[in-house]
Formats: sequence, structure tokens, C-alpha cells
Amino acid sequence: MRLRVGPACFRIASAWPQIIAAARDLYRDYPDSGEAVPDFTVRLEPSKPWRQRLRPSVHITGDYWLPDAAPLPLAHGLLAMEMGMNLQMALGWKRHLLLHASTVERDGKALIMTGLSGSGKSTLSVLLAERGWRYLGDEFALIDCVSGQAVPFPRPASLKNASIEAVANLVGDDRLGPLMTGTPKGDVRHCRPPANHIARMTEAAMPALLLFPRHGHAPAVRELGATEIFARLTQASTNYVALGEPGYAALTRFVRDVPARAIDFDDGEAAIAVIEDLWGELA
Amino acid sequence: MMRDALPLVDILVDPSRAERLTAEQWADLISIARAESLIGTLAHRLRDIDIPVGARAVMDDALAQAEYNRKTALWEARMAARACAGLDVPVILLKGTAFAAAGLRAGEGRQIGDCDILVPRDRLGAVEQALLAAGWEWVKPDPYDDQYYRRWMHELPPLIHRERDKMIDVHHTILPLTARQTPDARAMVAAAVPVGDGLYVLSAEDMILHGVAHLFADGDLAGGLRNLWDIHCLVVEFSGRNADFWPDLGRRARVHQLTPHLARALRLAHRLFDTPVYKYRAGETRWGDYLYLRRLLARDGLGRTTRPVTRLAFYVRSHWLRMPPLMLARHLWTKWRKA
Repeated sequence: MRLRVGPACFRIASAWPQIIAAARDLYRDYPDSGEAVPDFTVRLEPSKPWRQRLRPSVHITGDYWLPDAAPLPLAHGLLAMEMGMNLQMALGWKRHLLLHASTVERDGKALIMTGLSGSGKSTLSVLLAERGWRYLGDEFALIDCVSGQAVPFPRPASLKNASIEAVANLVGDDRLGPLMTGTPKGDVRHCRPPANHIARMTEAAMPALLLFPRHGHAPAVRELGATEIFARLTQASTNYVALGEPGYAALTRFVRDVPARAIDFDDGEAAIAVIEDLWGELA
Repeated sequence: MMRDALPLVDILVDPSRAERLTAEQWADLISIARAESLIGTLAHRLRDIDIPVGARAVMDDALAQAEYNRKTALWEARMAARACAGLDVPVILLKGTAFAAAGLRAGEGRQIGDCDILVPRDRLGAVEQALLAAGWEWVKPDPYDDQYYRRWMHELPPLIHRERDKMIDVHHTILPLTARQTPDARAMVAAAVPVGDGLYVLSAEDMILHGVAHLFADGDLAGGLRNLWDIHCLVVEFSGRNADFWPDLGRRARVHQLTPHLARALRLAHRLFDTPVYKYRAGETRWGDYLYLRRLLARDGLGRTTRPVTRLAFYVRSHWLRMPPLMLARHLWTKWRKA
């Protein structure tokens, strides 16, 4: 199967047709990649020759791979595929600076939210996309090293644990993939972006605000020094070192030009009000 | 889907064939080239060929990556030379770093892994101390492994730089001390050629023979296609420079006890890459050549390894070559108990 998301095209090869069928459904609003040459091949194969049918175990590999990748049960096959795509991007993508961040756009300007797993960045991006913002992506923000623009990479958002129900109530079951329980990240369910956002996945936007959200803390907004922002972003980037000088130039420019705040929150609705305020003030 | 790595070989030899590939064939070609660490080399070969936009983007990435690798590899080499500056020891670069430092065609687009250097065996202790003092540290603190390396191997246990996170392999001879052939490391050191910044590379003939030794007398031919391509490029470039290249190479192969290994490398390179070789030096095709070809091309269009029986045979062979049977048994027993 081929998948095109923003500037990247993937070839997915799976030893189990079930995973491909689930992926076709999750990605049904995405454009046909046609005769494009894929950038990466993802392979989902039995972790041992006898683990195809008997207690199936999915080993995640491809053009780029990690020696110690833990296999997943077939019930988590869709997650395995998403992780395989993430792996290719993290290790192989060189055309943009990659930040582990979610991105939304309004008025032609981009809001970038970065943080550790569980910070709430995915959930916030999905909530904002239901309130007049355009969804550009959940896992990776792609920053063009020359223009500084954020390029859309609108994969389905990966929702975890408590946020699944909150989002399901808001967008409806039709937009959500299968519920995968007991994964290494807890319960996981993917949320397909609105079809009209996917259709605009070639329209880039200039970053205008950077946020470091943190879920589960008393509400607070904090300013950060340029050094701290820079250091945090180098940690949030999977390819900053591999890009060499262009990566350094892109990141220093980003830190210089884009205002940033850390926001703590314990409630999604309240966080969105804070984000709207900061957007009005800074962007 | 492509069933072996032959399509990659064909396009390295004649890049214009890439103009006729379908999208599906491109996908296979890219996966095979990445798996064989030849994507940068392929990209370099395809610079002037008319290829689809998507393929061009992948190739441009590979070229940028190769250029970054080249820069960082040369930087590591200079850091090693700087660390050893006070010792009056020639730091001789090997493999990819050497090709880059000497500006050889074999280095164009080539992936470069660790920094491999060769130093005279009697100065090994001093070099080790100098590198440790300059920020390199041991990777494997396991005492059995450390002992094993020091007693039997041709190189020190790998060192890694604590700030730059880059590995260096310090060789003091060509093959493990347990191997059946003993290439003359002293002669290689004596014939090394300076390339500036206190760095040296092996002479033309020694560079080829070093590649030959590693391809056939050590290891299980993993990454063999890339190593054979190196030999192809070196032979093409050096045979054009020196009218006496073939007799010189033959003489040098005898010095290093690698005459049959060189012949096999030349036959395989000629068969796969059309390398122009001196027939007498290469000799007649032998049945074993087909096994080597089978092993070298064991990769399918999804980038998966194939032909497990052939692979296993070469894996067993690599240990057989490296150690006498009793020692092998002891080694495997120790490793098994620790695992």
C-alpha cells in the first residue's frame, strides 16, 4: 500500500492483510499517491518466522530501523504501522527540520505545540481543529530550513487514555480508528483530521507562536529565555544533529522569530481560552 | 518485486537504465540501496540522469547526507591526528575516511561509518593513551571481550568520543591474529602516503588489498556489495594512473599472502561491475564464485535479507576463518554462558 501525507510518500508492506485493511480505512480521506516514488518503505513482519499465525507478533522495520525495537501484538497492528512511519521520518527525513510537536494554523499563521508524550499537545491540536483552526499535524512539525515555514504533515492524531473519550464526544466515532487497549502507551485511538484539512495538506504557514503545554498542572503561563527554548527544541528534534549547518540556521532563526510560552493546564477548555488569548496578544 | 540485488548492480554499472524504471521498481531500488549502504553511491551515479521528481528528492537527500558524512568523517580524522600530534606516529586512515581524505572516486557518495585508523603495532600503547587523554572512552567494558580483542584481534576494542559520540577503531594489523593469512602490516605502514594534517592513507595497491582482505578473509560478507564496489572504483582509478599497476598489484598481493583473494575479488568485480581487470591476475572462474555471487546479491525488493542457508554458511565460514576449531569452541562456549 502507498500513502502520501504532506511531502512524504510511504510504501507499507505488511505480512498481515488486516493491518493494511485497517490503514486503508483510517486513511480513506487521503489523496491517492498515484505513480509517486515512495520516500520510505515500512515493513511489518513476524518477529520470528513462526510468529505469523501462532501468537502473531509484529516486528516494525523498513528502510530505516532500530536494532532493539520491541514487537507489538497483531491487535496493535495499526499502531505498529504508525510507529513504523514515525521511525522512517525520525531517522530518514532530511528535507525539513523535524520537531516532535503538533501544529495548527489560523489566518495563514501556524501555532506549534511541543512537549513530551502526555503533555496534551495532540489533544489540544484536535480540539483546536474543531474550532476554526486548520490541523497541520500531530507527531512531527516540519520546518522548512530555507523559508522557515511549517509544512503540513497531517497524519491522524494519536489520542491516548482519558483524551479518547473527550474527543470521541466532540467529533463522533466516525472520525476515529479502532480502539487499541493496553499498548505500551496505554489505550490508543487515532483521530482522522477533517477531510477539508487533509485536502489542504500542501499549504504551508509561517510559525507565529510556540507553546510548551503541560497537562495535569495548576493553570499557569510562563515566559522562557531563548537559551532554554533552543535547548528544549534541540531535544524535541529528531534530525537537528543530522541536518548539520542548515538545521542550526533554521532552529536559531525559529527561536529568534517565534514568541514562546510554557502553559500548564488541567482542563482542555480552559487551555484553549489561554491559547486564544496568547494568540491574540503575540501572534 | 525484485528478487535479488542485481537491479541495483545494473544501475550502478549503467545509470542510464534508471530512465526506464517504473515507480514500483524505483521503490525496490531505493530499499535495496539503503539496505546495502549504497544509496549515496547510487545518488552520485544518477546525478546527470533524468529521473522522476520523487526519486530525485530521495537522491538529493542521500547526496546531502553523504556530504555531511564526509565532512564529519574528515573532522574525526583530524581530531585523531591532533590527539596523536606529539607522538610522531603516522595516523593512517582506512576505508571510507581514507577515500574521502584522498579525494578518490570510491569515496563519492559513500557512506562512512566509524573512523578506522592503522598505527604501527609498537606504538599502539602510546596511541591508546593519547586517545583516552583526548576524550575517547571504551565502548565495551566487558573484561572477556577486552581480553579477546587485545589477545587475538587486529584492532583495539572500539573507542567512542564522549562529547562527539563518534567511534574510532584503532587497527595495528590487517587481519585478526588468528586468521590463516598474515598480510604485512609493517610494509603497509612503511608505504603509506601523506595527505596533509598529519594524516596518511595506504598506497594504491595496499588500499585495494586491504579491501580484499576484509571482504574475503574476515567477516561474513555483510555489506559485501559495498566493499566490492570500493574495490571496483579503486581498480578503475589506479589502473588508469599507473602503467605498471597490474604487476605492482600482483607483487604486493604476494607480499600480503592475498594472491587468491585478490583474484577472486577481481573476478567478482568484473562479473558484477564490468571492472576492467587483467585476465591473468583474475584467473579462471571457479565454482565457488557462484556461491559468493549468491551471497552478495541476497536482498529482495523490500530490502529484506534472503537466502538464509547461504547466509548461514558464510557466517559459519567467517568464524572458521578467524579461529582454529578448538579456540572457536572455547569462544562460543564463553559467549553462550554469558548470553
